Amino acid sequence: MSYLISHPGDVLTLLLQHLRMTGIALGVAIALSVPLALLVTRLRWLAVPVLGGLGVFYTIPSLALIIFLVPLFGLNATSVIVAMVLYTQVILVRNLTVGLAGINPPVLEAARGMGMTVAQRWWRVQVPLVLPVFLAGVRIAAVVAIAIATIGAKFNAGGLGKLLFDGIQTNRYDKIVAGSMAVAALALTINGLLLTLEYYAQPQRRLQKET
Amino acid sequence: MSTLQFEDVSLRFAGGDRPAVNRVTCQVNSGEIVVILGPSGCGKTTLLKMVNRLYEPTEGAIFLDGVNIRQRAATQLRQQIGYVIQQSGLFPHMTVADNVAVVPRLLGWPKPQIQARIDELLALVRLPPGEFRDRYPAQLSGGQQQRVGIARALAGNPGIMLMDEPFGAIDAITRTALQDEILRLQNQLKKTILFVSHDVEEALRLADRILVMRLGEVVQFDTPFNLLTQPADDFVYTLLGADDRVRQLGLLRVASAMMALPPNYSNGHNPTLSHCDSLRNALSLILRTGAPALTVLKEGDPVGLLTLDHIRKSAMVRKDSPQ
Repeated sequence: MSYLISHPGDVLTLLLQHLRMTGIALGVAIALSVPLALLVTRLRWLAVPVLGGLGVFYTIPSLALIIFLVPLFGLNATSVIVAMVLYTQVILVRNLTVGLAGINPPVLEAARGMGMTVAQRWWRVQVPLVLPVFLAGVRIAAVVAIAIATIGAKFNAGGLGKLLFDGIQTNRYDKIVAGSMAVAALALTINGLLLTLEYYAQPQRRLQKET
Repeated sequence: MSTLQFEDVSLRFAGGDRPAVNRVTCQVNSGEIVVILGPSGCGKTTLLKMVNRLYEPTEGAIFLDGVNIRQRAATQLRQQIGYVIQQSGLFPHMTVADNVAVVPRLLGWPKPQIQARIDELLALVRLPPGEFRDRYPAQLSGGQQQRVGIARALAGNPGIMLMDEPFGAIDAITRTALQDEILRLQNQLKKTILFVSHDVEEALRLADRILVMRLGEVVQFDTPFNLLTQPADDFVYTLLGADDRVRQLGLLRVASAMMALPPNYSNGHNPTLSHCDSLRNALSLILRTGAPALTVLKEGDPVGLLTLDHIRKSAMVRKDSPQ
């Protein structure tokens, strides 16, 4: 705690590095997962190989996965970000696929039967209905990404993990405590923010609780 | 109001061993309720869904108000056809008001007109707008949801309504109430309604004419009265449960059996009843009062006479019909 207070500048720099990695990784992961999930929804037979394949990545320990990637992308943040994207893909694609499949068929039939175009059905019906489920996936992915970014410090990517690893190497307990607290606080904050977003994305459930 | 014509319409699904709908030709008149009745798998829903082009016939053509529906963009066509489905299919993330507003918004109506239309329609289906406008579908009972479903289908002021077993998943008491509601609305609005059902009593209650289907083909297309008294074959006879004559009388409206007022009619001392009462009630009234004839009223004015003989004819199956 004292380290956090005495070195606000250093901690802030590391926090921003951490956030930057997480942000880029999540951005790329979301951008990849939407077309992938739509493809899997359209072509059912792809679901098993795609989700299975992504699931395999998830079983590889993050440290090992990043080591695999270093020869390809170098000893820097890129390798870590690629690992984060691969890792979160299975969470995002699965949530989106399950969310889309979970929309009650009569609802989609009504949308079609009332004369909505494909785009109108997507934006006015499918997106709002799938959004809460998707955001739940984003939230879990964000927490996973924050955790992997911490390991990134080992690979010259910076981030709050640096505090932890430096602390371990130099036997500085204050740094270790500061690092863990900062990462935990970051994960909790992001989790809380996305949880709030999730709540606001489903007006119908919000109202149900009130009545 | 719209007219609808099927001309030699067939639909064969890929891999099906027989056509789901086979050479259907018939005409639905303006302002008429036609119930498509038949066991599951007879093609009734398939036939309905070809009208708003959710399915395309593999042969034949469908004409709405004399225009081949293929000549119009599917989305534009659908916006002008009211569509009510089982379990309502309401959008769970939209309020009642937003659900009702879907088609008017697609049609690009100005905002004040949409708002006025929402209130008008909710009042029409007897859901006080003040109370129900801002609710979500999950906060409504099944019957209320289906009322919203009907209001939503009426919103764009379509000439024709397609109703696909709308009350199939609703309990018997609420279903009867909703059927009454349809008849009441129909008296007011005079839409052309195509209504799919597998429930004989529902069909007899609602229909001006019933289209009986079996294995994708039309078996008989006639008034409830004629179906009961002159069934085309054993299938129709059994389907309509034509054995139980007393039950049948409970399903037939007085209007279907009465005779027109004779020109020299002067209101005697006949007991009176409404034209939409059942024949069963009429029979009961005749037996109770011992009167030779009943005067049938429509909105308070006499429109016809009904005697025991008329009721007896309604209960008889023609001699040439199978028993």
